[in-house]
Amino acid sequence: MSDQAPKMKDEDTLSITVEFTGGLEMLFSNERKHSLSIPIRNEDGTRTNMAALVDYLCQNLMKDPRKDLFILDGTVRPGILVLINDADWELEGEDKYEIESGDNILFVSTLHGG
Amino acid sequence: MASISVIETIRKQIASCESQLRDLRQQLAEAEHQHQQREQERMRQDSSIDPLTHDMSYGIHDDFRSEVFAALSHTEEDYSAPKRWPLDMSEYKRYGRQLILSGIGLQGQLRLKNASVLVIGVGGLGCPAAAYLVGAGVGTIGLVDGDIVEESNLHRQILHSTSRVGMSKVDSARVFLSSLNPNVAVVPHISRLAPESAISVVESYDMVLDCTDTPASRYLISDTCVLLGKPLISASALKLEGQLMTLNNPPLPPGDSRGGPCYRCIFPKPPPPESVLSCGDGGILGPVVGVMGVLQALEAIKVLTKDPGTLAPEHVNPEPPTLLIFNGYGNPMFRSIRLRTRKPRCAACSSQASITSEALNSGSLDYVQFCGSVSPVDALSANERISVDNYAKLRSHINPFTGMEPSKDSHILVDVREKVQFGLCSLEGSVNIPFSKVVSTSLNMSNVQTSGPQEPGWVSELKGIPDRPIFVVCRLGNDSQITVKKMKELGLDQGGQRWIGDIKGGLKAWREKVEPDFPDY
Ligand SMILES: [Zn+2]
Repeated sequence: MSDQAPKMKDEDTLSITVEFTGGLEMLFSNERKHSLSIPIRNEDGTRTNMAALVDYLCQNLMKDPRKDLFILDGTVRPGILVLINDADWELEGEDKYEIESGDNILFVSTLHGG
Repeated sequence: MASISVIETIRKQIASCESQLRDLRQQLAEAEHQHQQREQERMRQDSSIDPLTHDMSYGIHDDFRSEVFAALSHTEEDYSAPKRWPLDMSEYKRYGRQLILSGIGLQGQLRLKNASVLVIGVGGLGCPAAAYLVGAGVGTIGLVDGDIVEESNLHRQILHSTSRVGMSKVDSARVFLSSLNPNVAVVPHISRLAPESAISVVESYDMVLDCTDTPASRYLISDTCVLLGKPLISASALKLEGQLMTLNNPPLPPGDSRGGPCYRCIFPKPPPPESVLSCGDGGILGPVVGVMGVLQALEAIKVLTKDPGTLAPEHVNPEPPTLLIFNGYGNPMFRSIRLRTRKPRCAACSSQASITSEALNSGSLDYVQFCGSVSPVDALSANERISVDNYAKLRSHINPFTGMEPSKDSHILVDVREKVQFGLCSLEGSVNIPFSKVVSTSLNMSNVQTSGPQEPGWVSELKGIPDRPIFVVCRLGNDSQITVKKMKELGLDQGGQRWIGDIKGGLKAWREKVEPDFPDY
């Protein structure tokens, strides 16, 4: 968000925590934990869901140009688990889950070393 | 030169044999000591005067004595009847500290004793896992690994030893494990698990621990466990982090939705190969992978000692499957995550499963191909590259064309290893631009003339010295090629005016051909 953008009112935004582990943090300025304020609705007026969040992260938070290490074919790439409040997002409706204020979204890249 | 290296090799062999001999002598001494103790124990039992024997002979009325003898001679015929104590005397002592736990008890110990566990991969995870299972008295432990012990394994693979470098990991682990607990049968499988033989290897075991380090082996092991109905405890670790999952538990047949999810339910598609980092490239801290291996042993003991009654379909596992993630430097260090249950259309464990024993046995399932691999980087043409020999000459010899002495300022040597590695050792005069900085630089940034995103410092610095050729070096000679390409895309070659190229084979080749004293880490 640039400085000129009109300040969003609190009721227009969602405060969430987004975390990256398993090496994914390297794609996000080497920060594991990000506190974000994201718009509550998309431009078409629909509620912000996981699909929109992933898109938002890719556009706004990810400075690394290697986008395919995070998304592939329009969704989170294979080998990354997405967890909504410590539960697999497949239990919560995957990318259709509508984000609530206070949610903790965790992206875990699987490790293979042993 | 050849004879010196032969002498060196023989010296090393002698040293290795001598230390193996020392190991064997120590094992012999231990075995002799045990044997002697057992003999003494037997003698003591034979000769010692039992207080009851004394009473029997001198302290009681003769009628009572006759009665006792009668009773004794009566029972003599069922002398071979079931043993009075289900465990050996030495086992009560050895396992006493865990026997008195309510979760274990006599039944739990007997379940462990009758159990067999296959540990696949005898590395950073497999070593601690096998040590604790053998210590706990699991009856049979199978070990699968085709690798040999290397010096760089020893900081974390605690079953191996300096003197056993060069020995197969399975044999090395057997030396340790059989001396830890001679009651346990350790079964060697000295090879990598192959799809064609996976079923025959895994079949006879009750449970499997996946302690391997590649996606291909993880899918193969999971598929095999689903087909054979074995619970699978899967762990992995890299750098300072670890992950642990108990899969296919309960191990119900494919299609039964009450069974635990398999690896494919959680990860239907393999990760892109370029996203997979090995311990050799990413690094690993010993206690981090150790914690994960120890947790695998703990999970195995929990599953093995569980009352089999609770495994019956009517009270199938009420606990949801979880993924435990560990970060050695995190706060908190552990986090438990709820996973999904079996995937209704899983390729391995659903009613529509396409993976069958026949396909596995026939070898038609190619797991390596399924997971893909990173092909060696071959990004540059011959005139964008220089061999280590020629680069060494360029550094030390007079230029044959100009007759000029070499000067430090004649070129820029860029080392693209990460900062920590550069700090370990580097070539004199080299500058460090970590590869992670190079790849995270966007191309459009450098073209932006006005404000907008800043051009990274390393790009402007190299632009500030436009006339010197740039040599790029890395650890193995892959990242250096990618960096050369990127530098050219960023316009650092001044439209072809400045030479930019990579040093073939990186610092590994430099050590092998030019400077043997350069550290090998
Ligand atoms: Zn499955």
